[in-house]
Amino acid sequence: MKILVPTKRVPDPNQRVGVRADGEGIEDEDLTYVLNPFDEVALEEAILVRERSAGLVEVVAVGIGPEACEDQLRVALAMGADRAILVPCDEVLDSWNVARILQQLVLRESPQLVLMGKQAVDDDANQAGQFLAALLSWPQATFASRIQWLDGEVQVDRETDAGLETVRVRLPAVVTADLRLNQPRYASLTAILRARKKPLQRESLEDLGVVIEPRVRVLGLQASSSSRNCRRAASVDELVAQLREAKVV
Amino acid sequence: MRILVVAEHDGRTVAAASRSALAFARQCATATDGRVEWLLLGHQLDTPAADAATYAPVLAADSPALIYPLAEPYAAVIVAAVTERRADLLVAANGTSARDIVTRAAGLLGGAMASDVVRHEFRDGRLRLQRPMYAAAVLATVELLGTPQIVTIQPTAYAPAERSSAAAEVTRLDVSERDPRGGSQYVGLAGQRAGRPDVNQARVVVSGGRAIQSREDFERVVGGLADALGGATGSTRPLVDAGIAPNECQVGQTGRIVAPELYVALGLSGSVQHLAGMKNAKTIVAINRDPEAPIFSATDHGLVGDIYEVVPELIARLRNA
Repeated sequence: MKILVPTKRVPDPNQRVGVRADGEGIEDEDLTYVLNPFDEVALEEAILVRERSAGLVEVVAVGIGPEACEDQLRVALAMGADRAILVPCDEVLDSWNVARILQQLVLRESPQLVLMGKQAVDDDANQAGQFLAALLSWPQATFASRIQWLDGEVQVDRETDAGLETVRVRLPAVVTADLRLNQPRYASLTAILRARKKPLQRESLEDLGVVIEPRVRVLGLQASSSSRNCRRAASVDELVAQLREAKVV
Repeated sequence: MRILVVAEHDGRTVAAASRSALAFARQCATATDGRVEWLLLGHQLDTPAADAATYAPVLAADSPALIYPLAEPYAAVIVAAVTERRADLLVAANGTSARDIVTRAAGLLGGAMASDVVRHEFRDGRLRLQRPMYAAAVLATVELLGTPQIVTIQPTAYAPAERSSAAAEVTRLDVSERDPRGGSQYVGLAGQRAGRPDVNQARVVVSGGRAIQSREDFERVVGGLADALGGATGSTRPLVDAGIAPNECQVGQTGRIVAPELYVALGLSGSVQHLAGMKNAKTIVAINRDPEAPIFSATDHGLVGDIYEVVPELIARLRNA
């Protein structure tokens, strides 16, 4: 069995992200980049499946983007992916084109499951997995916090606004991971060094027969502040008085 | 523009969040001399259809295959409705349901989609949309290329639409007889709400963070203050991860986005990820023992103190008022 895990290189979410003065991009000079946290969870789940399975399971990590994505794919290999595929692309892609590239990779690799993060923490779109499932006409189970393997299908607990929903989807399928699915393992530096020997192949857009068709044109960015002037109260009485004055209680 | 708005419902009435989507759609219709219609999906829809029709005309897709909100059949029917109506804009309220179902439909309709839109304008007849990125630290202005355009709006950004003067027409969409379930099967839903309003509906939301040490404490401190204020309970991600707060309480970048009249943050530091979910609340109050906690710079009213001491006192004051 094969599990394909698409990943994205994103700015470390623990940094402050600023907007460039021209509004055409973020200030990226000093940013450090990581594997998208949701994709890390997806990858961990795929590796756990392999570790717990009696049969042969292959975990293939995919990265789409600039050459620097190799760093994140090396981390994926160090965590335990068997091999990695990098699709070099310097253009900033919208979810539609990411899904179209993944569709072509799925057609070549024929995995039984595509397991990926529910969203990337840079554009926060939460679209690529659902788009991919639609393009493949595969069932989908989004926002997974638990995956149980049954015969020819998976049972997935989904985190929804109404509570925990359980669905079963027939394989092959697309499942997107929520953070509570598991706690990803840490890839040590030695593991990353050792992972250099693992295969990382490149597939060009040309090889895959994909011509980028933009669907979302970004016209500009602006910073959005959350700062307010805090009136500090010295006691509960003073806080209650302030809230009454503001007519909120 | 010919606009379809997905009407989420509970079997009785249309969700307030969907009425926010309708408000956005009405503005787009006015700007383009277009028309708006609800798209209602499910089974035994007479009651919600009658409610929906007090706001706008309704296209109702009623089928036993749509009893459960599964992405495969729902997306297929949405695509059929968009095609039948030759809609050039499909709108829904952002939430886990639309993210699952409407996004899949968008994938079947060519992928020209913007999620979580908070503002829009028409420039030279083209729709420009603003949406948050990077945990709402950045707002991007985007244009969609291709037809139909699919937009989910952040319900907190648009006031729910009001009823129109007369009840509008309800049209039935013929849902084909073939089994559209595909490879998905619904098993069940385990909600955990303890008789309190939902975080997205509530006028007041009281949230707890890392300072809360157990499920009992969450119920007593966060739940207790929520009850005293007639509000909902919310929480940060770490608290949900630790099993202390229920999942559907989680407010933030990857959880629920709320904008209540009053948001009370108890013992939470104010991470960027949490702020993304609540920074548009009208009034924000924070109580935290750390005077340097970042939450205070995103707050209107603050009190430095141990929530375990301060909150019971606050509850007592509010109850005795």
